[in-house]
Formats: sequence, structure tokens, C-alpha cells
Amino acid sequence: MLLDSADLQAIWLTVRLASVVTVILLLVGTPVAWWLARTRSWAKGPIGAMVALPLVLPPSVLGFYLLLAMGPNGPLGWLTSRLEIGPLPFTFWGLVLASVFYSLPFMVQPLQNSFEAIGEQPLQVAATLGASPLNAFFSVALPLAKPGFLTASIMTFAHTVGEFGVVLMIGGNIPGVTRVASVQIYDHVEALEYGQAHRLAAVMLIFSFLVLLGMYLWRPNPKKG
Amino acid sequence: MKLFKLLIAASSLLMLSSLAQAAEVNVAVAANFTAPMKQIAADFEKATGHKVVLSFGASGKFYAQIKNGAPFQLMLSADDEKPIQLEKDGLAVPGSRFTYAIGTLVLWSAKPGLVDPRGDILAKGAFNKIAIANPQLAPYGVAAMEVLAKRGLTAAIKPKIVQGENISQTFQFAGTGNTDLGFVALSQVMKGGKITSGSGWVVPGNLHTPIRQDAVLLMKGKGNPAAEGLANYLKTDKVKAFIRTYGYEI
Repeated sequence: MLLDSADLQAIWLTVRLASVVTVILLLVGTPVAWWLARTRSWAKGPIGAMVALPLVLPPSVLGFYLLLAMGPNGPLGWLTSRLEIGPLPFTFWGLVLASVFYSLPFMVQPLQNSFEAIGEQPLQVAATLGASPLNAFFSVALPLAKPGFLTASIMTFAHTVGEFGVVLMIGGNIPGVTRVASVQIYDHVEALEYGQAHRLAAVMLIFSFLVLLGMYLWRPNPKKG
Repeated sequence: MKLFKLLIAASSLLMLSSLAQAAEVNVAVAANFTAPMKQIAADFEKATGHKVVLSFGASGKFYAQIKNGAPFQLMLSADDEKPIQLEKDGLAVPGSRFTYAIGTLVLWSAKPGLVDPRGDILAKGAFNKIAIANPQLAPYGVAAMEVLAKRGLTAAIKPKIVQGENISQTFQFAGTGNTDLGFVALSQVMKGGKITSGSGWVVPGNLHTPIRQDAVLLMKGKGNPAAEGLANYLKTDKVKAFIRTYGYEI
């Protein structure tokens, strides 16, 4: 067997985490991107900057603040204990929450770009034909923005798979719960198990390349219109 | 212009004199030894005029880097396994390996009064989670698991274990209160000979194999007076006494 059961468990966990995060971000990121694309509010700048923050922040900063915020003395920890959910660090859903923050720009920015590319005209036409704004969004904007959704979903999924620093800071390395593939590779390297590290790393490399290749091949060329 | 010439003369003189006596040593230091090593290096520099450049990090990473040509002349590992391996790989000077510190394990909590002086809280189970360094990577993690096994608590406590990648991260989990308990290094919670915050049980040495931290002179440091000098300096009684104040034995 190329990979042992612990490696396979880590891969499965990674896929599960990335899928859940992608679905949540589709639901959360779409309205945010829509608002950012259409608003003329002064808040567009600050909100846009906040969404982009994870692009420039080192994962150690995000992970450190999340650990403090989710801890018993932090605001999120206070909230989860009041709601009797229990503390979030060292749990799968803690990782999900952290990854939603971490991958937010990878969902919002491609969506925002494709919403902006649609322009005002199709929506105005839809309004003239009597479509409500909600109806216009679902029957005009969503189909037109399909390539953007595809790009955003793939980028979000792939970026969550590639996450390491944040998981390391708040995960606690629990097999099947928070030990994702990138952490498993790190452990193999640290334990001088270079053979196992190579195999799992190769799987990650090939996967990442194939995902990106698929995206570049599949993405409709906008110039052909 | 005159000042300029004077400056050049002075600086070239300085460079010459430094070439003549002072050497430089790059040291890879285990993260748990950061605080004492900074002071030791500063004292050594003052005493000898050599320059010490310290890099702190995980020993496993240093091993991988040294194997791939990293410019370290001396390594202070968090265990004895990696220095032995470096000797086998022909990357360390044979016979140069020595134990510079023996780590002490402590069961610690950020909460005052939570950990009793005999560690009975482990059996009582009145805690949410316990942070332990990854036993595959860190000798402190191996020692912690041995303590649990000796007390017959491995199965009972396993669901509560959270792993840190190294002893620093393990302390971070317990220090931020995210876990009630943590098996950490005494050097992390001790200052001036006593535990300064929270509550702790210093685990008796007979409950686990000694946590030997070995140093080794690397091939790149052979014949380098700063590297060899610092290795010898670490063996002096004065430095050993200083290391003990940080909760290590030696």
C-alpha cells in the first residue's frame, strides 16, 4: 500500500473539511460578494479590506488570534460556552470556522469580479420585464456568474486543502478530528519518516496540480463570449 | 576627507583584528532551550569575543536542514536521537556528542490550585482536556505517555489528549487556558527556582525515561574556535549551575 491508514484518514478529513468550508462559503460569500459588487456605500472599502485580510496576514497571526478568541477567556469562547456548544479549539467545527475566515477572500473576490463584469444592463432589462430584484438575481445574475462560481469554489476548496499554519495553531493534532494532510506531512518530516512524507506530499502535489489544471482547461474563455 | 581616510583605516584595523581572533558560530538550538541559551551565548561572547548566531526551532526541522547543507556548526537538540543520527550520517564530529541538559516534566495548569502536589487530578479526571507534546516528535511527549502508562491511565485519558507539535505549542495550549492541563517542560513555567504561575506537579524522574538533550559539533564546525569553544563552555560547572536554575538537571 502506498499510503498507510493514518495517511488515508488525514486525506479523508482534509477532503471533508474543504467540502464543508466550500459549501458554507458559497452561502456566506455570495451575498457579501454581491453587496460588494453593487454597493456605493462608504463601507465598501473597509469591508472589502477586511475580506482581503487573510491574503496578507500570516497564518500564525490568524491562528494565534483565533486561539485566544476561541479560548475560555476570549469572546468566541464566551459565546460558545453561553450557548453550551463547548469550546471550539481542537474540534472539527473549530477548524471549519477558522478555515471560513482563512479562505473567505478566495470565495468572495472571484465572485465579486464576475458580478461586476455582468454590469447594470442585464439587471435593468430584467427589472423592465417585471422581475423582482431577487428573481433577477437568481434567473439573470447567477447563470451569468457561473464561471465565477466555479473558479471561486475550486479556489476555496484547494486553498483549504493547502491550509497549514492556522490548523497547527488551533487543531491540537487529533487523528480523524483535526490532523489534516498538511499536518500529517509535517509530522512525518519532523519524525524523520521521509519516505512516508514523500508519498503523501506527492499525492498533495499531484492533486493540487490537477485541480488547477482542470480549472484552467475548463474555464470558458471570456473573450469568446 | 581626512575623517574619511581615518574611518577607513579604523574599520580595516577592526576587521583585521577580528579576523585574527574572533570567529563566528551558527548554532541550531532546540526551542525549549531558548531562554537560557540567549544568556549563555551573550556571556560567552563577552568572555571570548567570538560571535554567536542563534537559530531556534524544532530539532527535526534542523536535522532536515543540516542534512541538506544548512550552515550550522553546532546543534543543541531537544533529544539525543537526532545528534546520534547526525553522527551516523557523518555530518557530526565523532565523539563530540554530550548531554547539555536533562529536561524535567511537569504537569501544569494555568489555574491556581487545580493541580495537586501528587498529580492525583489525572486519576480523578476533573479537567476538560490535557495537552501533550506529540510523542512521535518530542521526548517530552514520550515521557508524558510513559507517566500515564505507569499510572494505568492511558486508555482513560486518551480521549482528552490534545497534541502540540512541540513542547512550546503544548505550553501555548495550556497557557492560554484552552486546555486545563498540560505536560510541559519545567523550564517553561519556572523562574528563579520555582513555578511562578498556575499550579503544577513536578513529575518524579523515576516515572519516565530521562529526557536527555544532547549537543553535537557538526562537521562544518570542526576546527572553528568559536564552535569548539562554545561546546566546551556548555560543559563548565558555572554554565551547568546556570542551566539548573531553568528547571533542567545536569
